[in-house]
Order: sequence, then structure tokens, then C-alpha cells
Amino acid sequence: MHATHEANAQLQPTLSIRDLTISFRRDGIWTPAVQQISFNISPGEIVALVGESGSGKSVTALSIAGLLDAKVSRVEGEIFLGGQSLLTLPERRMCELRGNKIAMIFQEPMTSLNPVLTIGRQISEVLVKHRGVSEKEALREAERLLEQVRIPDARSRLTQYPHNFSGGMRQRVMIAMALACRPKLLIADEPTTALDVTVQAQILDLIKDLQADGDMAVLFITHDMGVVAQIADRTVVMYRGDIVEEGATPEIFRAPARPYTRALLSAVPVLGSMADEANPRRYPIVDPVTGNPQPAPPGALTVDTRSEPLLVVKNLTARFDVRTGLFGRLSGRVHAVEDVSFDIKVGETLSLVGESGCGKSTTGRSIMRLIEPTAGEIRLDGQDIGSISGAQLRDHRRNIQMIFQDPFASLNPSMRIGSAIMEPMIIHGRVSRTQAHDRAVDLLEIVGLKRETFNRFPHEFSGGQRQRICIARALALEPKLIVADESVSALDVSIKAQIINLMLELQEKLGLAYLFISHDMAVVERVSHRVAVMYLGEIVEIGPRRAIFSNPRHPYTRKLLSAVPVPDPSVRLKSSPQGVTEFKSPIRSVGYKPPVREYVQVGDEHYVLS
Amino acid sequence: MLTYLGRRLIASIFVILMVAIFVFSLLYLTPGDPAAIIAGDQATPEMVARIRQSLKLDEPYLVRFSDWLLQIVQGDLGNSIYTGQPILQQIGLRFGPTLSLMVVSMTLSTLVAIPLGIVAAWKQNSRVDRGLMVFSTLGFSIPVFVVGYLLAYFFGLKLKWLPVQGYAPLSSGLWNWMRHLILPSIALGSAFIGLLARMTRAAMLQVLSQDYVRTAKAKGLGQGEILFRHALKNAAVPITTVVGLGIAGLISGAVVTESVFALPGLGRMTADAILRRDYPVIQSLILLFSLNYLIVNLLVDITYTFFDPRVRY
Amino acid sequence: MVGANDHLSVLPVTETGGRRARRTFLRHSGAVVGGSILFIFLTISLLAPLLWTSDPLSVEPMDRLQGMSEKHWFGTDMHGRDLYSRVVYGGRVSLLVGFSVAFLASMIGGLIGLFAGFIRPLDGPLMRVMDGFMSIPPIMLAIALVALTRGSIQNVIIAISIAEIPRVSRLVRGVVLTLREQPYIEAAISMGAGPLRVVFRHILPNAIGPIVVQATFICASAMLAEAALSFIGAGTPPITPSWGNILAEGRMLWQIHPAMVFLPAAALSVTVLAVNMLGDGLSDIFDPRGLGKS
Repeated sequence: MHATHEANAQLQPTLSIRDLTISFRRDGIWTPAVQQISFNISPGEIVALVGESGSGKSVTALSIAGLLDAKVSRVEGEIFLGGQSLLTLPERRMCELRGNKIAMIFQEPMTSLNPVLTIGRQISEVLVKHRGVSEKEALREAERLLEQVRIPDARSRLTQYPHNFSGGMRQRVMIAMALACRPKLLIADEPTTALDVTVQAQILDLIKDLQADGDMAVLFITHDMGVVAQIADRTVVMYRGDIVEEGATPEIFRAPARPYTRALLSAVPVLGSMADEANPRRYPIVDPVTGNPQPAPPGALTVDTRSEPLLVVKNLTARFDVRTGLFGRLSGRVHAVEDVSFDIKVGETLSLVGESGCGKSTTGRSIMRLIEPTAGEIRLDGQDIGSISGAQLRDHRRNIQMIFQDPFASLNPSMRIGSAIMEPMIIHGRVSRTQAHDRAVDLLEIVGLKRETFNRFPHEFSGGQRQRICIARALALEPKLIVADESVSALDVSIKAQIINLMLELQEKLGLAYLFISHDMAVVERVSHRVAVMYLGEIVEIGPRRAIFSNPRHPYTRKLLSAVPVPDPSVRLKSSPQGVTEFKSPIRSVGYKPPVREYVQVGDEHYVLS
Repeated sequence: MLTYLGRRLIASIFVILMVAIFVFSLLYLTPGDPAAIIAGDQATPEMVARIRQSLKLDEPYLVRFSDWLLQIVQGDLGNSIYTGQPILQQIGLRFGPTLSLMVVSMTLSTLVAIPLGIVAAWKQNSRVDRGLMVFSTLGFSIPVFVVGYLLAYFFGLKLKWLPVQGYAPLSSGLWNWMRHLILPSIALGSAFIGLLARMTRAAMLQVLSQDYVRTAKAKGLGQGEILFRHALKNAAVPITTVVGLGIAGLISGAVVTESVFALPGLGRMTADAILRRDYPVIQSLILLFSLNYLIVNLLVDITYTFFDPRVRY
Repeated sequence: MVGANDHLSVLPVTETGGRRARRTFLRHSGAVVGGSILFIFLTISLLAPLLWTSDPLSVEPMDRLQGMSEKHWFGTDMHGRDLYSRVVYGGRVSLLVGFSVAFLASMIGGLIGLFAGFIRPLDGPLMRVMDGFMSIPPIMLAIALVALTRGSIQNVIIAISIAEIPRVSRLVRGVVLTLREQPYIEAAISMGAGPLRVVFRHILPNAIGPIVVQATFICASAMLAEAALSFIGAGTPPITPSWGNILAEGRMLWQIHPAMVFLPAAALSVTVLAVNMLGDGLSDIFDPRGLGKS
């Protein structure tokens, strides 16, 4: 395999980019987003283009396919596809190449397919357009393509609409569409970022398999170093519109030459890296300019094991009615959370992990009382908080605070950040306005922001800074417990590492307890004392972090762990033997009685659903 | 699909019932003695008493309401205070011109506005787009009757191309019928064309910014295929919604347009009734227009299921 | 992915919200032109007595239906009233109706929309009632009200406001439903904010843009509605100098005396156009993608 690559590299590259510069016009000024980059992709090669947001990787991809809006963008330099210069081609000729010689798949499978056209139509129109075949022939070919991307029951699915398909299935349809005309170049722009980790593994497998038996070149754009290690032959690292490093993937991971690459790799959560650590530990931070590492201090013991648990959740259940028909008849229930019990000690981090729809967020929101649980008991510090309401509930809210996923949406855009941090203190009326002001300034500094930023609006901050503001706001009331719902999932790796370090630092200083909700196993391994794995509304396994990661007992936990891409090119995952797995739904009929489940103890504090 | 329509139907029945209660209760809600107001300032006490009696204002609210509702369900809208004739019969006589005007005006507006909106969206921010937007703002800024008079002045009085007064039924020949409707339809449609073109543009722009349009481009489809095959069907739901809601505005406009062009339709009947303060007639016309609006919007709801496979319930 | 480059957090120091809004406003020439014209008309009608007008109500039977002259710049109507004065004073009625309806309908419709959007059990009933009002053509609603009351400016304002309320409440409800799903609303609730605080501190300030834009469009459509009502005789008392009334009187004579129709018509059209242009500009500023225009 490797030998053929070297042979191919002697031939003409499939894609050749020379001195590519892309600028955008904003307020009448041209600002470059990509500057003078050059790289090649040979036939049959998978090249990963990695970088954080704003690095210019997606813009590069769009410019190759000629999809940038000509009114606000300017592309200079040269792009060759198999020796043909693309930038000088008229739009009509580009149309003939797109979908034919160059195909693309995008990040958002949920929105990338047209909701009002059948799947069959959307695939067949590519063939009709570029191959000139009849509609009937095209549909037959579409059926074959759906089978090729392993969509079961392909024939009947041709006449269905995208809303009948899950995210993973839609991404398969996108791939089928992209491969319809056997393109020379496939551009995949973050194709697995929006997918659950087990589905991601399947899609990566699929792309590798489909690519292996032809000479299609793949440009794979991603921010995830784990995915890069799993799929790419060569890696191109971008930073702020520039290529900082380029080379064979194993080389890049083994010996990164440039400071930025080192910084990026050091921030990547690596599953299994915590096997010898007793406590959560901060990430080492590498300066992206100098490359100097700043090692993380060893984790401290923060859990108070002697006193009573801070939070006790018993038999928590949350169900939502599904109503259909003329008179809104109750036709089923979503069993979002089913009989979930756990506790959290003072200064402890319990992580809830699982894939989308497993009920982890619903659990967090039930504890916050943002939704009303159907049944169960929630006790904080011995006080029953599941049944209080009104003023009592509002007063209690200062004890638990929440940090949300989207730092752009969780701050009121019309409120200065200083007021946002002061607001909770003023609501609870515990301090005077001046005291609240002083404390807000202190909090800004605690989370690493300058006090001068007090009077600014949220839109003046970056995503990571906003998440710091949210943390400051959450800390304002000195809560005992913070529910962090996917709080770092939307952040770039290096920012993610910084925010996690901040959260761990605060835990050590203030003795905070966290309920850390995440789908990212590697991050969970970093921050947790204990871990609970959720599947279809139930906790299937709960135990100390080390036990869960080194000795997973439930089949689902094992599957989840084995699907996580390892950022090490020498440890590539084997193809998942189970093939296509579809997401199961927690919707049950009205009369459904959940079976009484028993947990079996398999170790110290380690329980598995039998 | 059937449950969806059933639900819409029940909602419509509920709404029409509410409208009935409202127009009926208005007699009791407004300050002062409605009989005296209807009779006018120069009325003798006998006249007021007669109106009181014909409106049965002395009977208890609920009795009177149930009687009235029962009558309506049986198809009896009561009699006009002014002429004493059955209202339903008068409506029957006046129905033709208004229906013709609405159908011609609606067809004309849709045929003009939707293509304009699509072109404007396609050529966003171009001169064509800006020109169309200015034009559409003009369309709904100039009062219907002003447009009417301008058209009548130039095409009727100056150029003498088309008649500016009156109506000819369809039975007098297609062209003769059409001739009398062209100017009123344009006048009536002017505001609606502006609104619909603008909404079509907005809906198309919204759709054109979606990820699946980017996918369509990446597939190598041309502008035409993207606009008409991928975008238009998605934009159809908001566009038809505007068409449905536009009915209410068109009826309002018809009241004025029929006065300008002396068309003997329901709009003219409304204008006459208001001058005579003939409340039973106004009441009946409101119910009729409201019913018409609800039926059109029910039809619009049915078209949703045709455009968008996701609409199921 | 969230755009974040913390390690070099040198985001440009942006200008304050107010200054930015002002700059955006000035870039939208439509809004500037519309705003200026509106301002001129507003000044003219406020200063009407000072602008060489005579009493718009004074009847001079001897001077009936005169053409343009030194004494009567625009001529006189069928009662011998000075047309110039009536057109100038007519602006007062139109603008008064426009602004009052915009204010009333936005306040009441806004409150209904807030409640419907924020208190779930109220949503269904309130919106069905609004559907009912929507199904009645706006002018008919006003006609019914005016038929049962004596014609006066107040009654016209009330009638048109009732007809416009459903539009506002539907818009506000939609905005509230979108906003209440925002994490910052949940954040406010989870820090212990009560419903009033959530509505007035967090939802309303972010909903104000679309409400203002909608109010502008309502102002324009109310001025049109007032003219239409007067035109068919269901508006302000005929003696009041409103543009609609002047038009209504002139329509019998328009073939021989077109100025009586076209002068008030031009004044009305230009004013409404100005308000609509202002509304367009504002909506571009508050909602650059133009999605809230419905």
C-alpha cells in the first residue's frame, strides 16, 4: 500500500495547490483568510487538513470546489485537478466538474440533504446530470450505491425522504451521492464531527473501504487529531491561514517539528493516558509560539469521602408524552430517563457519558429542575429539592449552577458581562450592589479575564472567553455543585484544555463538585473521579473512573470505548465487525412497564446493569 | 394526513364560531344604545323603537344569540334594516362581481409576484433586485383607491382603452367580462403584488442559504436546477401561507376598489350598508368574509402536504 | 466549532453597541431618506397654523371649487374650503392615527404575545382568539365597530388597533418562543430569576428590535386604513380635514377637478412610503438576514 503511494507520487498529483491565497471582503476591506499555501494530493492518497476554527481549512476546501461566493471572496494562486487549472475555468465548466470529478461531503448531515426531495431523486440527479443516463437507470444505480454504503433495504429507501433517516444514515446517503460519478477527488469537510462516536467509527471505516479499491484522492478536513491518526496517510497542519507543518501522519505524531503542532498535540485528550493517575489532572499547556511545555501539576485529592454525599439522586425517571391523532391521543412515551440513581460527594466530579439521546442531558436538567422529573428523589445536602416549588425553589437555585454547551447562546446578547455576573447575586439579594460589583470584578480575574472587560458585551469575546464568563457567573453564588452540560464540547482543542484546567483548578480551590455531562470519553477520563455510562435512559455501568476505563464490564461501555479514535497512527482501530448499527429509540408504547433492573457489584463502588 | 386536515377543520369551525360570537356581541359591547346610533341623529323615537324591535335588543342576550345562531345554521341571515329584504338573497345577487374580481386579481398577482420574487432573490443585491424592492414598497405604500384613480385616469379617460365603471357578467362574453375587470384587478392587486414579491424573495433567500443548496451546488447543478428543483419547492410553504393570509387584505381592498370602479359587488354592498348603518348586513358580510378566509386557508393547509413530506399531523 | 483563538486574544476593541447601530443606520440610505421625509411631514403638520394656512373648516360658499390662485394655492373644495389648508392639517389626522395605532397595537399585541409565548396554558386559547380576529378582513372589523359607534378619531384609532393587534401578538409570540429556547434564558431561570425578571430583563430587550420594526409597518398600514375608512364613509366625521376625507369628497368630481384627489393622495402616498422605507431600513439593521419580515 505504502509502496504504491510512493510510486503514485512520481506521477501527476490528483490535486495540486500552488500559492493559494483567499481573501474575504468585510466592510469594504479585503482580509486574507488563507495565505500562500501549497500542497499536493496524489491519486489514492488520504490527506488530512487539520487546524482549529479560523485556520482557513474549510475555506480552502470550498475554494477547490469553487463554492465560495464570488461577490465577497477572491481566490488567487493556482489549483490544478489532474493537470487542469481550475481557477481559470468558467462557471459552466466548473459545474461539469463538481459532483463529477470533485465531490464533497459536509459536516451537518441533518441539514445537507434537501428535505422535500426523495433520497432516490437526490442521488439519481447527479447521474442524470453528469452521465446523461435515463432517470430509470440512474435510480437503479442509486440503489446499488445505497447498498455500497451499507444502507439496509436500499430499494424501499429510495422513495423515502431525509426525515426518515438518522444522522449516520444521512451521512451515508451523502457519501453515496458523492461517489456516484466515481470522482477523482473527494473533499470531506468534518464529515463525522456531528456524529456519535460509534457512528463516526463506522463512517470512517466506510470512507477508508470505499477509497481503498480505487485511486480516488481524499482531502479530509477535521479538527480532531484522533480522526487524523485513524484515517490520513499524510497530514497538513494549518494555523491562521498558513500551513505550519506537513508530512506523513506517523511522522507528525511521532516527532512534531513546529511549536504549534506540539501545542495542538499536547492538548489532545488521549484515552488511556490517565491510567496511572489517581486524581483528575490538568493538561500540560504548550505555548503555540515558542513550543515550550508547561507541565501540569499533579492532581490533588479534592473528594470529601467522610461526610454524607452532597447530592443523592434516587430512582429518577423522566418521561415525555407523545401525542398524535385528531384529539391528541396519548400514543407513546419517551422514556428519556429511567430509574437512575447516583450520588456525588463534596469536591467530587461524576461524569455522565453516552451518545445523543441517551438521557444524560435530561438527567442534568431534571436535577436543575429545568424540567419536571416524572418520579424520583433528588436530595442536596439532605434537603429534598425534587418537590419544592415557587420562591423556595428559586431560593434553592443558588446551591446548584449550570454551565451550558453553547457559549454564544448562554449569555444574554443585550447585557454587559459585568451585569450578567452580578445578576445572580442581585436576584438573591445577599449582598449590596457595590459588593456585588466588587465580587464580579474578582470573579472575572479568577476565571482569567481582565477587569477592564467588565462593561463589554458578549459579542466582543471569543468562544473560550465567553465560557469563562459563564463559569464566573456560575460561581457568583458560591454553589456547591455545578452541572456542566457538554460545556467544553463546542470549543477548539487548545481552548478546551484551558477551560478544563480552569474547572479543575476551581475544584481544588473551592471544593466544588461537578456533574460533568459529556459524550467525549477522552475528556471524561481526564476530569472525573467517577463515571456513569448511560444508554437509552438507563445507567448501564457506574464506578470509579479507573475501573470503568481499564476494566469496562458492560458491552455498551466496551463498544463506546473501542470506538473512540486514538490519536496514534500506529494503533488503528479494527473495522467494527457489527457493521451498521442504528440508533435505538427510547420511545415506548403507553402501557410499557420498564423491567425491574438489578445492578451487580463487580468491584469497589463499581456496578453493572445485569 | 387525514388527522392533520381534521384538526385544521375543527380549528376552523371553532374560529368561525368565535367570529360569530364576536360580531354578535359587538352590539352589546359598544357604548351607548346601538339602536339610537344606527337610527342616526335625526331619528324619531318611533324609528329607534322600530330598530330596537327588529334587532330584538330587548330580549336576553343568550336567548337572542341562540336564536340567531340557529337561524344562520339554517341558512337565514335575517333581513336588512334598510330595505327589509332577506340578506342572503342580496348577497346572492352581489356575489358574482366580487368573486370575479378576487379570482382575476389573485391569479394576476401570483403570476406577477412570484416570478419577480424569485428573480430578486436569485440576483440578490443587484440593480434588478433593488429596483424590484423599491417597486414593491411603492406597491403597498400607495393606497388602493389612488392606484385605482391613476389607472382609471390614464387608461380610461386619457387613452380610452378600457372601461372605468361597471361590471359585465361572464355570460356577456369572456372578453367583455375581462375588460371590465382588468383595471380593478390591477388596482386591487398592487399592494398584494408588492407584499407577495417581497415575501417570495425572503423565502427564497432563506432557502438559498441552507446547507442543502450548498450540497446541490457541490453536485454540479446549474442555477436553474437549484432555483426551481431544489429551492422553490422548499420556499413554497411560506409563499402559499402569504397567499392565504393575503385573502383578508384583498377583501378589504375590494370594498374600496368596488367603490372606485362602481362594481356592484359585495364590497359595494358593504360600503352602502355602512352609510345606512345597516348592522345586520354588515354582520352577515363579516361572517361570509371570515368563512371565505378560513376556507382558502384550509386549502392552503392542504397544499402544504403536497409541498412538504414532513407535514403529517 | 466555535471560533476561538484564546491564546492570542487580541480581538479588536469594537465600538459600543449604540455607535455601531448609528453607523449601520446611516449606511441604509432608505432608512435615512424615509426618516427625513417623515420628519418633514411631522414638522409640517405640527406647525400647520404657522404655514400660511387658513382655517381648514371655514366654509366660503362663494369660493366653491376654485382653481389654484394666490389666495387658495391648491384651490377650494365643493364647500369653498381652502384645499391647501385642509391638506396640511390632514397630515395631523393621518400621523396621529398612524402613531397611536402603532403604539396601542404594539403595546397590547406585545403583551398578549409575551403571555402567549411565555405561559404555556394561555398559548392555545389566546392564539385561537387571534386567529379569529385575523380571519376578519381588517377593514371589516373597523367598519363593524364604527357602524355601532359615532364616527370619531378615537373610535377609528381603536378600531384599527384591534385589527392590527393579532399581527403583533403573533410576531411577538414567535419571537418569545424562539428566545425562550435560548440557553441564556435557562441560565437565568437556573440562577433563580423569577418569571417577571426573565420576561422583562432577558426576553423583552432582545425582542424589541422586531417589535419596533413591526410597529413602523403598522403605522404605515394604519394610515392607509384610516384613509380607506374615510374614503368609504366609515372613518372620521366628514368635516374633519383628513386625507381620506378630502379624497372621498373629491371623488365625485375627480374627472373635472383632479387636484382634489391627487393632492391628498400624493401626500398620503409619500408619507406611507417614507414610513415603510424607515421600517425596511430598521429591519435590515435589527435583522440583517431579513427573516423576521412577516
